[in-house]
Amino acid sequence: MSILIDEKTPVIVQGFTGDKATFHAKEMIEYGTHVVGGVTPGKGGQKHLDRPVFNTVKAAVDATGARASLAFVPPPFAADALMEAADAGLELVCIITDGIPAQDMMRVKRYLMRYPKEKRTTIVGPNCAGIISAGKAMLGIMPGHIYQRGSIGIVSRSGTLGYEAAEQLREVGLGVTTSVGIGGDPINGSSFLDHLVRFENDPETEAVIMIGEIGGPQEAEAAEWVSKNMSKPVVGYVAGLTAPKGRRMGHAGAIISATGDSAAEKSEIMKSFGLLVAPSANDFGKTVLEALKRKAA
Amino acid sequence: MDIHEYQAKEILAKYGVTVQPGRVAYTPEQAAFAATELGGWHWAVKAQIHSGARGKAGGVKLCKTYHDVQEAAGSMIGKRLVTHQTGPEGKLCERVYIEVAEAFEKELYLGFVLDRKAERIRVIASAEGGMEIEELAQTAPEKILQQIVEPAVGLQAFQARELAFGMGLNIKQVQRAVSIIMGCYRAFREKDATMLEINPMVVTKDDRVIALDAKMSFDDNAMFRLPDISEMRDLAQEDPREAEASQHNLNYVGLEGDIGCIINGAGLAMATMDTIKYAGGEPANFLDVGGGASPERVAVAFKLVLSDPNVSAILVNIFAGINRCDWIAEGVVAAAKGLQVPLIVRLVGTNYIEGRKIIENSGLPIIGAETLLEACQKAVAAAKEHRAKLGK
Repeated sequence: MSILIDEKTPVIVQGFTGDKATFHAKEMIEYGTHVVGGVTPGKGGQKHLDRPVFNTVKAAVDATGARASLAFVPPPFAADALMEAADAGLELVCIITDGIPAQDMMRVKRYLMRYPKEKRTTIVGPNCAGIISAGKAMLGIMPGHIYQRGSIGIVSRSGTLGYEAAEQLREVGLGVTTSVGIGGDPINGSSFLDHLVRFENDPETEAVIMIGEIGGPQEAEAAEWVSKNMSKPVVGYVAGLTAPKGRRMGHAGAIISATGDSAAEKSEIMKSFGLLVAPSANDFGKTVLEALKRKAA
Repeated sequence: MDIHEYQAKEILAKYGVTVQPGRVAYTPEQAAFAATELGGWHWAVKAQIHSGARGKAGGVKLCKTYHDVQEAAGSMIGKRLVTHQTGPEGKLCERVYIEVAEAFEKELYLGFVLDRKAERIRVIASAEGGMEIEELAQTAPEKILQQIVEPAVGLQAFQARELAFGMGLNIKQVQRAVSIIMGCYRAFREKDATMLEINPMVVTKDDRVIALDAKMSFDDNAMFRLPDISEMRDLAQEDPREAEASQHNLNYVGLEGDIGCIINGAGLAMATMDTIKYAGGEPANFLDVGGGASPERVAVAFKLVLSDPNVSAILVNIFAGINRCDWIAEGVVAAAKGLQVPLIVRLVGTNYIEGRKIIENSGLPIIGAETLLEACQKAVAAAKEHRAKLGK
């Protein structure tokens, strides 16, 4: 098992015929992802990478039965693409795009509320590296070869720290069920908590690494939920101990602007809710081993 | 992106927010002339820098004659103003704003933020204006009034009324405050603001309500649809290295330490800085070279990092996803020729074997590393050794 996607999930690519989308769609297909087509308005009826192109997401879903999408749409058109995907009934949209205005995401999140919970699209991202279910399917831009199949779930705001975790797990002989990048923006499509719930319900996942960073209330919310509801061990980490207050550290959402935003505070909160916190980004592998050992004891 | 007070007032006035008549001036003479044009018999001269708390730093002066105005402007223009928000180096004041001053009875607070938890716009108001809202939240949180805006319909007049009555205003004042609150909301919404603060919003004896100060920040990601706002950018208010980095689409933040960092990915960059500290050193900067780190970008990154005279070693840490380690290695080798400080390079991910070979075969004294901790430890040791050599 895995969460969100596997090799059978029919996937379309929004913005299919663009250069970057083409490059990564090829990589995804090579990895084993079931890519069934794509959408580029105005290019409906053509073929791209031997797959059909459609003008609208609805047309793509009707013709292919797609259930998930990877969106490679430039920032000015991204909110529109997400709402189109939600309206077409896709279960999952993963959006890689960096640079979407925060108020656009605010409206997208509000738009999703039109649909009852069981019919509501899950958005992963924006400004993320995507989702990979190791050895099965990839919906994103990560280097697939570093992910060894195994029993650890990864959920991370940062793309590269997610890679770092996967690499360290492989070094200590562990592997990954699914790795999810929730992205570095101030308003994400889905949160740590949303994916921790999925990992808790995934029989194959034995432990989860949650990699946070400065800014926003998400890590604290997730840690509290873990302490009350999660039976599996969760290893935490928060990047940005050395980040100065009030300065944006690359990611639009990585800024200390309120109480509880700093890495030191978030690490303390995680510890107070019983999470094992990795002392540095060099210790993901070691700390997961320790968590598994404690669980077994 | 931040703008000056006078620019924020220009925007807000278009949305029906009441502000005092005012003029911007770049010289003391322009300031005095502006006062004659504005009329009235008292003027406030306000230093235009991207910082709050200007009053305590001598950046706001009340003047009774044209001569006073000229002198006050002269004391600010061309000077660096240090407030508790600017850091010790302060910010250069190049222009002042001359505003007609008027007596007022009450100081109120009005603020708008993009609330990350609620994922909504939050409006904050208080009858205790003039002080900083963070301070008030600590000392008297019960005096802070709030409204969350439903994004599908926007801020409603009843919400603005609740805030205005909550601040203890009479009906005449409430009607005027409501139009300011609604106007600010429309400006916040239409101009993709991330923060808007009117502190203080004042009430005069004859029941008028005026936005006496105004501070606005905007979403950098929304600049593609805000040509009018991007025109207001004042590069003189930004750190010159950060401004240069942004021209090359790089993210650079200068820090106090001596280990220069060149890293791909914001999260890995922060984590590397933290690991440097963990290994006993201090990072000199945050720098994310991003996904497609071409040799040109790597060269610019080296230039930026080396422009900080404190740098005693450079650490390059790349986990290649979209990147390829061999491309980066070529860029690093080209940039490292003639380098005066030790260079530590860690390459992981796509094509790392080819990348490491290029580094080894370059014949340059580049220190390689396998793990994150090893890279940071080597950087800390090399920086120490380099400082000792220079007798620092």
